[in-house]
Amino acid sequence: MSNVLYDLPGPKARLRYRIIGILSAAGIVVLLAYIGWRFYDTGQFEPIRWEQFQYEQIQRDLLNGYLTTLSAAGTAAVLALLLGALLATGRLSDHAVFRAPATGFVELFRAVPLLILIFFAYYGPIQLGYKVGPFWPLVIGLTFYNGAVLSEIFRAGVLAVSRGQSEAAYALGMRKTQVMLSILLPQAVRAMLPAIVSQLVVLLKDTALGFIIQLPELLYFGKQIGGRLPFGFPYVPSYLVVAVVYIGTCGLLSWFAFWLQRRLMGGPKQVKTTAKAVKLADVGQAV
Amino acid sequence: MNEFIHVLTDNWDVIGSHFLETIKLFLIAAVGSMAFGTLLAAMRVAPVPALRGFGSAYVLLLRNTPLTLVFALQVFALPKLGVTFDFTTGACVALTAYTSAFVCEALRSGINTVPVGQAEAARALGMTFTQVLTNVVLPQAFRTVVPPLVSVLNAMLKNTTVAAGFSVAEAGAITFYLSERGENQIYGLLWITIGFLILVVPLVTVQRILERRWKVAR
Repeated sequence: MSNVLYDLPGPKARLRYRIIGILSAAGIVVLLAYIGWRFYDTGQFEPIRWEQFQYEQIQRDLLNGYLTTLSAAGTAAVLALLLGALLATGRLSDHAVFRAPATGFVELFRAVPLLILIFFAYYGPIQLGYKVGPFWPLVIGLTFYNGAVLSEIFRAGVLAVSRGQSEAAYALGMRKTQVMLSILLPQAVRAMLPAIVSQLVVLLKDTALGFIIQLPELLYFGKQIGGRLPFGFPYVPSYLVVAVVYIGTCGLLSWFAFWLQRRLMGGPKQVKTTAKAVKLADVGQAV
Repeated sequence: MNEFIHVLTDNWDVIGSHFLETIKLFLIAAVGSMAFGTLLAAMRVAPVPALRGFGSAYVLLLRNTPLTLVFALQVFALPKLGVTFDFTTGACVALTAYTSAFVCEALRSGINTVPVGQAEAARALGMTFTQVLTNVVLPQAFRTVVPPLVSVLNAMLKNTTVAAGFSVAEAGAITFYLSERGENQIYGLLWITIGFLILVVPLVTVQRILERRWKVAR
């Protein structure tokens, strides 16, 4: 296959590629084997280190942790989408009274590290003498941060619809709200859905920050399971299990975003939209 | 207001040194993830399936793992492989490993925006691989790549705070010190926020300027 960097290989190049291929495959195998051997050698695969996962209580803990992760992510996702829509409306408004505060809010909350926002929501109430659990501070931090990022995605999506569309709608005598609701948004949603889902994956991953404020989510139980002396401190097994769960969940969501993108933006059954796909990287924090 | 100022002046030793640590983490991890991310991107577009597979697998795994978990794995699993770091170096390694995956994606999508015809025309003119890369493909890819790269770095700067959960004395950990000293937490956090705003503004400004200057219609 020819791509922008490499031409179709001739016989010499094919031989060269094959040699490089064999050498690099061998290198990768050696690397993986070394990791596996080191884990084996330090006893990470000994039955005692995995025994806990057979206990019903441990399985229930892990499940509860996973559910806490999911419910924090779900709550924050809904709230962040609402906040994002509100902020985007403000930023797209024709009136500076709405535009200026919304812009300021978005710029501020995109610039502050998420963990600091979570600390604000966690330590702030304590400072003022209220007792809060770690769940809502995490959700509030996630909501404000992701709300700001999502509002940028929404805005970019609406701006990506070609100008002729809104001009034509105005020429037909539609009002601002009508243009937004029946012309711009239906087209913009298709352009920005993949970016929204990708941002929700980021949100889901960031729930792991709850670990730092002692929220009993998945990673927290992973650490608890890993920290038990009678089982030989099985940190490696427990974190591997937790990693598989996170990668599985986020991978599924990412794949969904990819599938949406293919379905909405390309392929033979292309849905007509005049908007270009919004890329998460263009509007901010895909990391 | 007076108390607010005093939280900064009384604890300047802690706040100053912790922010210096943040900047150090950021600079080291930025250089590291740029280098490793470029290597990964080279693998992902290479004509050798084994390298492509490795690159894709790495990006897939690291992009779907929470940074907090990457830190935890670095602290608990790497020593089992016979590699031990002090807290700061370990944080740099974790940040680099995580951010590289995003740098790789930004670079790869930049390379993909260059139309194939450009390279084909260059080859038809008899240019060598190096010439095609340095004179035709990279100059075009660079423009599309830089703004997303800056936002990856921007996010990485904020991600350095995660190291606070893993015994690194950087800006996120100021909170713990101030709470030990019995200072007002809200004021302390406000100062941390101001510190990050000061650090982020130059990055965002650079990004805006580059975006405006390099906006190419294709």
